[in-house]
Amino acid sequence: MSEWPLSSVSELQEALGREHYLADRGLSTAIYLAVSLNKPLLLEGEAGVGKTEVAKVLSSLLGRELIRLQCYEGIDASQALYEWNYSKQLIAVRAMQDVTTEAHVQDLFGPEYLVERPLLAAIRSGSKAVLLVDELDRADDEFEAFLLEILSEFAVTIPEIGRVAAEEPPVVIVTSNRTRELHDALKRRCLYHWIDHPALEREIQIIRARAPEVPESLARDVATAVNRLRGFDIAKRPGVAETIDWAHAAAFLGVEHLDEETAAATLGTVLKDHDDQELAVSRLAEVVADDEPAA
Amino acid sequence: MTNPPPEAEALARLIGFGRDLRRRGLPVGTGRIVTFCRSAAALGALDREDLYWAGRGSLISRPEDVEAFDAAFEAWFRRGLRIELELPGTDDIAEPGDGGGQDEDLEVVDDHIVAREWHEMEEGDEAEGEASIRIVASAMEVLREKSFADLTEEERRRVARLIRRLAVQVPMRKTRRYRPAASGARFDVKRTIRRSLRTQGEPFHRAWRARGTRARPLVLILDISGSMAPYSRALVQFAFAAMAAGRRVEVFCFGTRLTRVTRTLRTKDPDRAMREIGRLVEDWEGGTRIGASLNELLDGWSQRAAIRGSVAVVCSDGLERGEPDLLREQMARLRRLVHKIVWVNPLKGSPHYEPLARGMAAALPSIDEFLPGHNLESLEELGRVLAG
Repeated sequence: MSEWPLSSVSELQEALGREHYLADRGLSTAIYLAVSLNKPLLLEGEAGVGKTEVAKVLSSLLGRELIRLQCYEGIDASQALYEWNYSKQLIAVRAMQDVTTEAHVQDLFGPEYLVERPLLAAIRSGSKAVLLVDELDRADDEFEAFLLEILSEFAVTIPEIGRVAAEEPPVVIVTSNRTRELHDALKRRCLYHWIDHPALEREIQIIRARAPEVPESLARDVATAVNRLRGFDIAKRPGVAETIDWAHAAAFLGVEHLDEETAAATLGTVLKDHDDQELAVSRLAEVVADDEPAA
Repeated sequence: MTNPPPEAEALARLIGFGRDLRRRGLPVGTGRIVTFCRSAAALGALDREDLYWAGRGSLISRPEDVEAFDAAFEAWFRRGLRIELELPGTDDIAEPGDGGGQDEDLEVVDDHIVAREWHEMEEGDEAEGEASIRIVASAMEVLREKSFADLTEEERRRVARLIRRLAVQVPMRKTRRYRPAASGARFDVKRTIRRSLRTQGEPFHRAWRARGTRARPLVLILDISGSMAPYSRALVQFAFAAMAAGRRVEVFCFGTRLTRVTRTLRTKDPDRAMREIGRLVEDWEGGTRIGASLNELLDGWSQRAAIRGSVAVVCSDGLERGEPDLLREQMARLRRLVHKIVWVNPLKGSPHYEPLARGMAAALPSIDEFLPGHNLESLEELGRVLAG
């Protein structure tokens, strides 16, 4: 079991709160178990619900380095694990052109020519790191299989150097926007948590925690409006990040309450699709209405 | 039988719960059950909520499974429950591994419990499952060939589900830019030199660049007048499948006038989308003015929606009420704008059909592929044509 300064889920929940991350009981339990059991934590949820943030907060909470691997289509081992520094090798080859000996050639594949990528860095740091594998659903299936191998061993063999292994595995957070289903083998190895959009009251707390300059009344208005927008039939439902942006923007304009005019002027911070905006503008009165939202 | 100690009882209950989930059709393997037990042990004394979250994190990994999980949890653990689970420290519960032996032990505990709690349900379970699979398979064959117009409401829903599962492939086009490739049209000097370093400056491994490929957008233009409605509904499901596969898809419906329904289809629930479309499109099942509707499409949308370079699928019986000349003209315009026109005509499903209707005859010169689309089988063919 890793070092873990907290002895219960509620302690962890409080500690996350001190880092301005307001997690509910489910997420706190998932994080607590992932660290206690040394298992990767797979977080899924719509864009902007704070999946990536979990890793950041956790790294600062544990005082460990955050190592981030951003996945994208076509990512491969040389971008995720390690690569040789070719230009440096080239210069070295030129420099020793006349005096090449076997020893020199060996040096060309020494550690100083190795470019460390996130996975290798995480293996080397071991329990001193939090590894964030972000948006894994963007990478291809093959990469997923490769990652699975790394996650189960936390060791890698570099032919020219030898085996590098982590003494203790790092904390691993994997996120996915669920644009495609991840492979079952990977899911089995991980603990899983689906992060939902926060409930109204929690979202208000989040705005207050993340944007302290926003007045309480405005935070409530913005959170309520975003909640209603999510209920609309729109393509891209705004996440928490958008809510915070919106609150920032409205507060910057100096209003205490969100009215139609302010909402229309700042709508671009929360809806980023033209069709969605059109829909919202046509129903703006409903979005910023004063009454309590229907449950 | 002697009474087991309370911890073993608690552990057995956790395992039994995992087994029950499996029985309910969730993909819960022994590995997950072990993780669940370790999670419970790591949390120490558990109240019901702890146990719930420990289970959700370790036993399931898809949001769709939450409902089934909740139902099982409700049935297994009473409210106000509290379990003291100190004894088996987290490290004492074995990880499932290559060893197998420990696994088996768990399975034994497991079966013991399950036998006690579920023995009534056990018998005949499996045989029944297999028989029902066979029935479903043969019913599928019939459904595949049955015309959409003849389906009962129940069959319609089942076919809709099948269509949505059709793997929709989309034709690709070459992109302008060259990217690194295993083989290709252009020599990649930069990468070759870089690679030559591994071989001490000798360019043994040559590198190439080739043009990438990109999916063409798909444009569906659906006739929803009178007799065409059941077929067009099926194609809307088809569009939905394509959209779900992450393709760029535009969908227009027409009868006497044209309506763009792409936006509506972008929601996640196809049944709701269908109802929405019904509301949006005023002239469900009125008359047909294909030429005028195409004109509206080309004038109004060709600059705004992804139509240029797309594969256009028109679904209509070609029974034009307007001027055939206008239709001929507009089809030619469309032909110049898109990559390929596929015309789906459900009447073509009949062996005696010939495209003699004036509208169909006018459109025919501009069409690349002329297909029936009256049943599931013919939609599969459409899928193949679109991919090719």
